[in-house]
Amino acid sequence: MPTRTVAVASRSGLHARPASIFTQAAADSGVDVTIATDGDDAVDAASILLVMSLGVPHGQEVTLSADGPDADRVLDELAALLATDLDEEP
Amino acid sequence: MLHGSGVGRGAAIGPVVRVAPAPVAPEREEAPADPAEAAERTVAAFDAVAAGLRRQAETSEGPAVAVLQATAQMAQDRALRKQTVARIEGGEPPVAALDAVVGGFVDMFTKAGGMLAERVTDLRSVRDRVAAELLGVPAPGVPELTGPSVIVAEDLAPADTAALDLRHVVAIVTELGGTTSHTAIIAAQRAIPCVVGVAGALDLAEGTVVAVDAAAGTVEVDPSEDVAHGFAERDRVARTLAEDTSPGRTADGVPVALLANIGTAADAARAGAGSAVEGVGLFRTEVLFLDRATAPTREEQAEVYAEVLRSFAGRKVVVRTLDAGADKPLAFATQPDEENPALGVRGYRLVRTVPELLDTQLAALADAQAATGEHPWVMAPMVSTPVEARDFAAAARRHGLTTVGVMVEVPAAALRAEAILAEVDFVSMGTNDLAQYVMATDRLRGELSDLLDRWQPAVLDLVAATARAGAAAGKPAGVCGESAADPVMAVVLAGLGVTSLSMSAGAVPLVRYALAQHTAAQAADVALAALAASSAPEAYAAACRALRPEVATVLGL
Repeated sequence: MPTRTVAVASRSGLHARPASIFTQAAADSGVDVTIATDGDDAVDAASILLVMSLGVPHGQEVTLSADGPDADRVLDELAALLATDLDEEP
Repeated sequence: MLHGSGVGRGAAIGPVVRVAPAPVAPEREEAPADPAEAAERTVAAFDAVAAGLRRQAETSEGPAVAVLQATAQMAQDRALRKQTVARIEGGEPPVAALDAVVGGFVDMFTKAGGMLAERVTDLRSVRDRVAAELLGVPAPGVPELTGPSVIVAEDLAPADTAALDLRHVVAIVTELGGTTSHTAIIAAQRAIPCVVGVAGALDLAEGTVVAVDAAAGTVEVDPSEDVAHGFAERDRVARTLAEDTSPGRTADGVPVALLANIGTAADAARAGAGSAVEGVGLFRTEVLFLDRATAPTREEQAEVYAEVLRSFAGRKVVVRTLDAGADKPLAFATQPDEENPALGVRGYRLVRTVPELLDTQLAALADAQAATGEHPWVMAPMVSTPVEARDFAAAARRHGLTTVGVMVEVPAAALRAEAILAEVDFVSMGTNDLAQYVMATDRLRGELSDLLDRWQPAVLDLVAATARAGAAAGKPAGVCGESAADPVMAVVLAGLGVTSLSMSAGAVPLVRYALAQHTAAQAADVALAALAASSAPEAYAAACRALRPEVATVLGL
């Protein structure tokens, strides 16, 4: 199964606005993506509640996984999103 | 005619606006006959709530937009839906399934603390809205007020009162709650006539015109013209008394400072205009901290404190350090798992778990002192021992604050008031908490409010002991609970030797009048009459009988 491991760049970690943007993008991708922190079970990357409950701080690495024909493209997009500081106003 | 406990002495007439309570799962919610249909209905309820929140976000402005959007996103959450649907398809009733799943997330978020814990309110609000949708009842929360309204609710949470447009609220009626509940305090502060603990209040239909009389503790449906005239006459007398702005004193000139309780810089601006009050006896700083993810910065606090000090330039301002915990939880300070929060880490005790909160607050207050040249008094809430008093005084003085005191609201502090006064410059009695702790009665239990009566002789005994210790030490011993707002009680307190009374600004005129009509010796006699009684109603009746007769007439006793 394709995976990507990336450090969360947002200053507040994967909370509030960054979590909101990320889960929305995961939901919009149409692919079932999971997100996991080291040692924890993977959770649905499109659920803001589950993603926030991972409590990922700034700089921590997370692993995204997905299956299917579009998996690589979607994972690249989502990993790029996590590698961006989403606390910055656009 | 409905009856309850009145807060203040005001009266008003207006149409009922109901605040819908959070819907609870029916006690015997039936398992769905067709689980698939019930699951579909639940998904539709989630959709409807999410769509409603998005519509609301579109028509809102400012910070509310982000809050509403985030809440809408929760209502759309896949995991929340999947787990709820799975339980319903397994045969659970819909609202019970929703409660179980939301409860799981709430526990997880609360345990995680910090930024997650503060999202619990949003999560609960999604739960309440979806449950209301499923049960076919009105969405919970405070409606938008368009004109003069009498707010009727089961009880109002701090979040509800924050959302109320108080300019349109002419009176408040609650089915539950006592005279020391949050609702009662806010109503007193804003001089809004309020009657709490009114059995049958929830049966009042939306739009019904009611007459709310806080002095009598009554709510009358469809009042006659005579009632309206009577209210207008009382209003006229109150206005006449309000024109007197002389300092508080007995008939023979013993000063009893009349001070205001405030919570915000806006309160300070209102209360500080003119010279009706001699200063602030209680600045509740926690208002600045409520509904926040993190504590306000030193700079932000200093700005607010300076604004308050400027509103009362040249007058006394007593600032109470953060009184969080119990019924005023804070995301960044509260222990989520306390079984008995009123007896837990609250008030000054937070110095054990989050010492930086107090340190920042004292530093900010010192900054405000430097910026304004005004010297605030500072006091800590929930101090139990002379050692705590000494530690607090040392911390405050280290920051350059010169007049340091503590609240006396724990019976232990009242009993050892002399030792406490050896450590600090003044004490201030919080009679609401003092009554709660000495009577072992939860302030939030309306059905026990007779035990919390401010006239309970045991409470009066502790006030008397504290006032005696103040007199012996030659240091001020004031009262800043709602007791001080009752003109009859004010005479008793003055008679016990209390040196200042701090109350909602609206209560000052009648208190000033009642005090000025009695000499110190007469007030002492009124106090003795109350202390000699064996129950709260008897103490009140005895004090009323001991008042000068003209005063009783003006007060409508």
